[in-house]
Amino acid sequence: MLLVVEQFLNGLQFGLLLFLLAAGLTLVFGIMDLVNLAHGSLYMMGAYFAATFVAWSGNFIIGILLALGATLLLGIVLEVVALRHLYGRDHLDHVLATFGLILFFNDLVRLVWGPAGLALPLPGWLTVPVQIIPGVFYPAYRLAIISVALAVALMLYIVVMRTRLGMLIRAGASNREMIGALGINIKLLYTLVFGLGAALAGLAGLMEAPILTVQIGMGENILILAFVIIVIGGIGSIRGAFVAAILVGMIDTLGRAFLPDLLRGVLSSAAASTAAPALSSMLIYLLMAIVLVARPEGLFPASRR
Amino acid sequence: MRRAFWLAGAAALALAQPAAAGDTIKIGFVSTFSGPTAVIGKDMRNSFELALDHLGRKMAGKPVEVIYEDDQQKPDIGKQKTEKLVQSDHVDFIVGYIWSNVLLASLKTAVDSQTFLISANAGPSQLAGELCSPYVFSTSWQNDQTPAAMGLYMNQKGVKSVFLIGPNYAAGKDMLAGVKSTFKGQVLGEEYTVWPSQLDFSAELTKARNSKAESIFVFYPGAAGVQFLNQYVQAGIKQQIPLYTAFTIDELSLPLQKDNALGVPGAQEWVHDLPNEQNKKFVEDYRKKYAPARPTYYGAQAYDAAQLINSAVVAVKGDTSKKDAMKAEMEKADFKSLRGSFRYGNNHIPIQNFYLQDVVKDADGQLSLKTVATIVKDNQDNFHDKCPMK
Repeated sequence: MLLVVEQFLNGLQFGLLLFLLAAGLTLVFGIMDLVNLAHGSLYMMGAYFAATFVAWSGNFIIGILLALGATLLLGIVLEVVALRHLYGRDHLDHVLATFGLILFFNDLVRLVWGPAGLALPLPGWLTVPVQIIPGVFYPAYRLAIISVALAVALMLYIVVMRTRLGMLIRAGASNREMIGALGINIKLLYTLVFGLGAALAGLAGLMEAPILTVQIGMGENILILAFVIIVIGGIGSIRGAFVAAILVGMIDTLGRAFLPDLLRGVLSSAAASTAAPALSSMLIYLLMAIVLVARPEGLFPASRR
Repeated sequence: MRRAFWLAGAAALALAQPAAAGDTIKIGFVSTFSGPTAVIGKDMRNSFELALDHLGRKMAGKPVEVIYEDDQQKPDIGKQKTEKLVQSDHVDFIVGYIWSNVLLASLKTAVDSQTFLISANAGPSQLAGELCSPYVFSTSWQNDQTPAAMGLYMNQKGVKSVFLIGPNYAAGKDMLAGVKSTFKGQVLGEEYTVWPSQLDFSAELTKARNSKAESIFVFYPGAAGVQFLNQYVQAGIKQQIPLYTAFTIDELSLPLQKDNALGVPGAQEWVHDLPNEQNKKFVEDYRKKYAPARPTYYGAQAYDAAQLINSAVVAVKGDTSKKDAMKAEMEKADFKSLRGSFRYGNNHIPIQNFYLQDVVKDADGQLSLKTVATIVKDNQDNFHDKCPMK
């Protein structure tokens, strides 16, 4: 029973992290109609900035805040310099250009920081396990990720549902031409949305950095999951991204945790331990396939055209 | 005029061709030079180049040409690169291979073309057993050997039970099987993770803690070893359950693992402080040439591979068409290995010592590896009797 609680938390933490990444992606895709493969690069840059600034300032929190600002700025610059020229073009052009950006960022990082990767050490108060209920210890840092991500999700909800900017974002997701026609400065809106998406990706990257390592190409594997999430959740929908991210995080973690034992009941032990990781990573795509069949627009479609 | 140009070109090519085939020793080197594990490939290349420097960049008086190819840690790419080296570059030797799955995919190409392949790291059980070949040699180990040595050490320590975690690919399975082959206590669980994409081990660590095992054994090479240790420490398990490793802590990962790795033992066939002349020279020159990098066992194995090739080329006086003579020479392992001497078993896998290494702070406060003890002497892999070669 305690095992289930702990694995549940693991799934929740992973899901929330995926949400941060997917939220930015779904905003950019849904509102600006831009397929941004370089979203994973922003995730990576967030982690590199954090490792650099934390080492430079000697303070974890200050370093992280600086890194967030830097990723936001990088996103804005990227939008103005490169991506602005892609709007209205074919999706294939987006894929080509943003794939180029992935290569660009990977080599930039190799030039600036070297190929070996960096470490982002945690301050002492985050490395201790916390007893959440009797008998269940959980890493303080993972709890911190859960709380920060939940806070960001709540903030995003308030911004998107309760503010004027959010209203414009939602309007942009349902009908882009119309809000342009109504005299909204769509260029500025796009730049802001992209910057916000970049900052969210950077936040995900820098929060994952102490658990993993800061390394070249760290955003590429996880980007695929982020795309799966926005397809499941419905493109352009923050709420959809949230629900889908939690679902995917849970399925991935609980699958890895319990599938081997379930399979051992049916198969030989060796076969089960080999098949289980493969099967559990397949479950997510299975979910996506089912959602695509039952609700092709995703669980919470943002626009109904 | 144009015709004359083409003719001249053709003539030049015709002249160049036999010259290239006869006067240089061509070596193909397949390793990972891009992506997160490129640091390993770089260390192997550095060490191989250093070995060539030490040999005066010549073998039996002939200049050596090395063609480096990047396998991107993918079996299919590794196979393509191997095919390219064999079929279009006509190399005399192929060296390298970090990953067991890449080596297994590439093996047939080399063996079918009767090109010598020297594995400088990967040691899948199949290679030692039914897939052994007269054209394949290893300057590393068979995968099971190192973890098996760790299992022996755990017996010595009186460990009663273990929880095993490793990646789900050829080497991961060999490694966990290796521990199980010697460990006398109880195996309370065995988890495989998706390789190389899974980097979060929270679910597996939770299970390990709940299994109430007395110890955990892992095999995570490269960056994954850093991530595993991070998470192991953050979950507070380091204070509860001691960790035993194979190929998880080395000079490449240590600068990132930092204090997390302190006191975590590993088994290894080479450590930088092994007391022999050639090893001292290797470590010293490596640190000088590639400062601030430090050599690793990957590099030491690549260095040995260059020495092994040199011994064969010298024995046939540079005539690389004498394959039988080269094979016979290499079987003697007649060169000064960085790990001290070793000999080959019938399957061309080294019979060698395994040492216990620990992470300590050296004089200048830097974390470093240290040989603590010899766990097992002249160890031969468990699969040699499945190899048809006698």
